[in-house]
Amino acid sequence: MPETLAGTGVLIRLGLRRDRWLLPFWIAGFALVTYSTALAGTELYPDTASRVEAATALNATASMVALFGRIYDPTSIGALSLIKYTAFMTAILAVLMVILVIRHTRGDEESGRLELLGGGRLGRDAPLASALTISLGANVVLGLLAAAALAAGGLPAAGSLAFGLGWAATGMAFSAVAGLAAQLTASARAATGLSIGFIAVTYGLRAVGDLAEPGPSVLSWLSPIGWNQQIRAFAGDRWWVLALPVALCLVLVPAAFVLRAGRDLGAGLRAERPGPAAGSLSGVWDLAVRLQYRVLLAWAMAFVLFGVVIGSLVSNVGELLNSPNAQDLIRLLGGREALTDAFLAAEISIMGVLAAAYGVSAANHLRSEEAAGHTEALLGTATTRIRWASSHFMFALAGVAALLLLAGVSIGAGAAFAIGDAALVGRSTVAALAQVPAAWVVTSVALGVFGWAPRLAGAVWGFLLALVALGEFGVLWNAPEWLMDLSPFRHSPLLPVDSGGLPALAALTVAAAAVAALGYAGWRRRDLAA
Amino acid sequence: MTGVVKRFGSVTALDGLDFDVAAGEVHGFLGPNGSGKSTTLRLLLGLLRSDAGSIRVLGLDPWRDVAALHRRLAYVPGDVALWPNLTGGEVIDLLGRLQGGQDRARRDRFLDLFELDPSKKARTYSKGNRQKVALVAALATDAELFLLDEPTSGLDPLMEDAFRGCVRELRGQGRTVVLSSHILSEAEALSDRVSIIRAGKVVETGPLEQLRHLTRTSVTADVAAVPPGLDLLPGVHDVVVTDHRVSAQVEPAGLGPFLHALTSVGLHALTSQPPTLEDLFLRHYGSGNDAGTGAGTAVGAVADSAVPRRSGDA
Repeated sequence: MPETLAGTGVLIRLGLRRDRWLLPFWIAGFALVTYSTALAGTELYPDTASRVEAATALNATASMVALFGRIYDPTSIGALSLIKYTAFMTAILAVLMVILVIRHTRGDEESGRLELLGGGRLGRDAPLASALTISLGANVVLGLLAAAALAAGGLPAAGSLAFGLGWAATGMAFSAVAGLAAQLTASARAATGLSIGFIAVTYGLRAVGDLAEPGPSVLSWLSPIGWNQQIRAFAGDRWWVLALPVALCLVLVPAAFVLRAGRDLGAGLRAERPGPAAGSLSGVWDLAVRLQYRVLLAWAMAFVLFGVVIGSLVSNVGELLNSPNAQDLIRLLGGREALTDAFLAAEISIMGVLAAAYGVSAANHLRSEEAAGHTEALLGTATTRIRWASSHFMFALAGVAALLLLAGVSIGAGAAFAIGDAALVGRSTVAALAQVPAAWVVTSVALGVFGWAPRLAGAVWGFLLALVALGEFGVLWNAPEWLMDLSPFRHSPLLPVDSGGLPALAALTVAAAAVAALGYAGWRRRDLAA
Repeated sequence: MTGVVKRFGSVTALDGLDFDVAAGEVHGFLGPNGSGKSTTLRLLLGLLRSDAGSIRVLGLDPWRDVAALHRRLAYVPGDVALWPNLTGGEVIDLLGRLQGGQDRARRDRFLDLFELDPSKKARTYSKGNRQKVALVAALATDAELFLLDEPTSGLDPLMEDAFRGCVRELRGQGRTVVLSSHILSEAEALSDRVSIIRAGKVVETGPLEQLRHLTRTSVTADVAAVPPGLDLLPGVHDVVVTDHRVSAQVEPAGLGPFLHALTSVGLHALTSQPPTLEDLFLRHYGSGNDAGTGAGTAVGAVADSAVPRRSGDA
């Protein structure tokens, strides 16, 4: 083994020790949802006729194609059941792999932990090599388990394997992207942002590519997420496509090692430039804004882009189905306009969950600042605990509201442009703002956890995922009504379909305030955790 | 603080700690790693809450009167963590404003004194430079009380000297300074009084002169002949004889008879070293028994390796 790789084995063991909860949780989660989906698919579409009808409908709906992709074999139950998984869940898998790789490379480098280890017999390339090895192992296990889960759920074995290997190869490709990004920037946060931005771009490329008629255009073939769809598991099982993500790894991984060889420990691609010698930050509010605004800006741009795209797809909704049954359904729902509203409501509720995710990440700054030791210096001054905690929490609340406002306006603008109805902007904005209280409840839960059990800050993500899973699969799992009622999103009025949801909104706001007050009370009385 | 108890889960970090600092003095707070120094300072700041006992700082309750109290004190944490993206100057100014204002001229003077470049990003600072950022931010304020947690642990000797000048200046202005340290010479050079903490209790407190009676003077003498029975004298320990040279550790009460015995046989040369705080430490921490009941680290072992140990001091 070359000297630059010395200590890789030790780092792999250390990494597995640190991820001993995280990785099994992720892997089991992915296996569980694939299994549930396989079961649900056969239950929902028992015969070929119903499958063909649903698949044709999905393929004819531009918004669905843009979001999830196409079904390449309308008779295939596997391709239909897993429509949300080839692109959307793959993107989530990619994000998790980015987090995993950055955490063990640039994250440890920035915190100085690698310097500590570097005093021992540790080669320059060992951190990157160990992170990629852990990620390879995780991807392979996750892919094979997902394949087994699909097969156990009653789907054909070959397709299940193609699907699982697709996940493994695509996950690994994005691990390689993260490994490269970790060499470029001096901060872990920036490296994560860069990688997730790359995921978003590849997702967008395949969305546009998939919309082209007929079938995918060259744009889909430029995107690793597009490749995963083009494997066409259960709809042809094109194994050769698996070579593309593997080839990407073979290019990116050596490139990352070359970049690493050319830089110092702790350095990015650019040398650190000097900044202002005197500061203009006038207090903790300024500081919170300074620490958080860049991330909020990135979210805002993503919300606007996403909003305009899904908003403009509204014109296709009415043409969704041409079968007599569907036309009856549309009439039953109150005509095409009502269907447009129903589509908008569905999209906007997704935006509500995404805004809540932003709220959690912003509120969790409280914990990361405390853990980094920054809070101790601030609380040593005349700043009170409440004031400091409010700075980040209020930024999170305001950010959630701003994002949903942007989502409403941009979805409305896209829709208004597409079907020439300017009134849609107002309706969709009101609808998006109606999601704010539910997202605030989730944000407040993050503050509550910070106040009482700061070590569990990461578990708030699990809570949010559980809410999403309950919303998605609650009925399928026969979850009790009271359990599903715990989700604030269930109580959000689905404007513009609903109207008169004010009592529910008021109740959600009160709930958010109560949880926040509880969080503040805990934070006031607990020790500062070093 | 009187009778202060602080537990972290099943670990008792402070176990009935009594600690008094008079206004206007420089108080050295000595103890090995893990003995509870930082915990005590964090309690004084209201960052932690005590489980028992009472704490008053400048007449205020640090847990309840946080803002009022903190306007009057300045704190330098033992482990200075800065925001990697902000420059040193930005951090100093931010902390100063949160403190309720700092003196621009003092800030610039201290930046010069400590030779700190405030335009660099905190990510690029060394440990010593991060410490300087916190020190400049604290020293530039107009606080009555300065709580400094191991303030020189990352500074080079020149900077340490500059820091000592700053502390003397603060004392000259009538300000109170609490200085935690495991570096004995530092507390010795600066402090009016010291308190020694061990395993969550203050075991000694008082002016240095008063504490010195607890220790032994190290005596080395060249003599014409070695008088017999030196090691039998009361208060004389660790007698080592090589040719015509005698060295021993002698308690204050035993000095008279010991010197008398030496002079009676013909004394050529005598060197004696006054007791240092290291001796105090050895007496309190170097006793080899298990002192590891503090905040989770093996107190005894750390002190043993940190202090040049003299033989047979148990």
